[in-house]
Amino acid sequence: MTRETRAAWGFTAPVLTIIVAVFVLPTLLAMAMAFTDYSIYALADPRNLHFTGVNNFTTLFATPLFWRAIGNTLLFALLGVPMAIGASLFAALLLNDATVRWKPLWRVVLFAPFVTSVVATAVVWRFLFNTRFGLINQALGAVGLPGIDWLGDPNTSIPAILIFVTWKIFGYNMVVFTAALAAVPQDLMEAARLDGAGRWTRFRHVTLPAIGPTLVLAGVMSVAGFLQIFAEPYVMTLGGPAQSTTTILYFMFDEGFKWWNLGQASAVALVLFLMILAVTLLQTRIARRNEWL
Amino acid sequence: MKHRRAIITNTLVVALGLLTIAPLAYMVIVSFMPRGESGTLPIPLWPSRWSLENYHELLVRRQIDGAWFDYRILPALKNSIGVAALSTLFGLLLTVPAGYALAKLRFRGRERVVQLLIAALVVPGQVAMLPLFLIFRQLGLVNSYAGVILPGLAGIFGVLFVRQAMLAIPDELIDAARMDGAGEGRIFVSIVLPLLTPIVITLALFLFLGSWNDFLWPLIVLADQHRYTLPVAVAAIAREHAADGELMMAASVVTTMPVLLLFLALQRFYLTGLLGGGVKG
Repeated sequence: MTRETRAAWGFTAPVLTIIVAVFVLPTLLAMAMAFTDYSIYALADPRNLHFTGVNNFTTLFATPLFWRAIGNTLLFALLGVPMAIGASLFAALLLNDATVRWKPLWRVVLFAPFVTSVVATAVVWRFLFNTRFGLINQALGAVGLPGIDWLGDPNTSIPAILIFVTWKIFGYNMVVFTAALAAVPQDLMEAARLDGAGRWTRFRHVTLPAIGPTLVLAGVMSVAGFLQIFAEPYVMTLGGPAQSTTTILYFMFDEGFKWWNLGQASAVALVLFLMILAVTLLQTRIARRNEWL
Repeated sequence: MKHRRAIITNTLVVALGLLTIAPLAYMVIVSFMPRGESGTLPIPLWPSRWSLENYHELLVRRQIDGAWFDYRILPALKNSIGVAALSTLFGLLLTVPAGYALAKLRFRGRERVVQLLIAALVVPGQVAMLPLFLIFRQLGLVNSYAGVILPGLAGIFGVLFVRQAMLAIPDELIDAARMDGAGEGRIFVSIVLPLLTPIVITLALFLFLGSWNDFLWPLIVLADQHRYTLPVAVAAIAREHAADGELMMAASVVTTMPVLLLFLALQRFYLTGLLGGGVKG
């Protein structure tokens, strides 16, 4: 072994050991646990642990709340990704405009919510969404609109949480998109302008293809992020009203750490993993077909 | 025409900026209102008088009917600072040398390790949490600071982030030092680290904020209220004292302000790091 090789393993072995110990090994164990009846009884005495095949999955697929959680989570992603990506793109296009002043200041201001704690800001937004004493219904009332029971109505609970989430995260992709916009070829833009292309045509045929790969990548990561929503309903709605904000992770947390059905919860974790994997593969394929990547 | 456009875009950006900052500003304002004022109509936008009673109520331990009572926010603040500081320190010690080695040191299996790390990014961390809890329970790590910190030290992102930055640094400097007979440890400390300083600051900021804001894992592994980190403590209070607006806003201020100030002080590193550290193969 050369001195360089020895040094290389000395530098990498500690972190690789920890990655295997607290990430790889537990992930493999989770996959195994999903096929056992690990519950509070096995927690007390390992002899109560049995291999049960696909039992957890058949039970899960027969549980209405599980499907509810899947549906809610998909709704979060389906509505949330366009909302968040749209807000990010809007802010980035605005910051990219030559006429806007004090750009560094606005960049920091618009990014600030991203670095705050989800729990603390969820508490703030729950207060803003308060039906009687919340600032949002007050603002609606000021323009003559009726107040909304944002977090108390199953039809508005997901949109309300998504408004909060969009506010919290749009700054991140805004910064990413701003960098991508700065790399849009200016000579191409100028040529399109000389050909008489309008603002929208130039956006559609010059800007959009140029930032396409960045948009797709941001899309993948946003979907994966929305599939993992947990803290927001935990703090703002406790998964309600009428289980309208119970997400996959919320369901997993209750199943695992409230009822101690750890085998069942592992099956939920496995389903979540497969969903994220599927989304990632799908989006990469779409990107390839459009020759963006 | 150009002038009119400037007015429109600048108005829009000011409106967006105000809209973004409003919830945080309102949080601070309400936290200084006298108890109960935010629950009156019409909703006050400014305190009738600036009061510290919410912070007093929240932070000071006192006797009620002979028993000591507090919201355990000060212990949580101390826990959060300790946990985040240790996570950052150990995170850097583990990931920076590894990221450097995976970019610049030639050894068999290097490309394979990088590929596996990139593939591992697809697996959500929550999958590992259930077995991890059981393992930690066996090891007696449940309810301990080590139990909170350890999972965060599996710094796959950090390693790839440092590697990416390191790839941009030319080999010549390192090779020259090696020709002069410098040992690998010496090369890392006296040549590589100074070059990596901005990246290390950025990563330190990411690690600190990540640990400070982390919620699900501390919620799982910490059962003892005296060990709670701030987000866990605030979530617990929020579930019990939902109606107490001013008190909750004060708790949110205590939780968000330290990291907001840290971000403002080091925003240049944070925002450039966000772009420079695109994790790619």
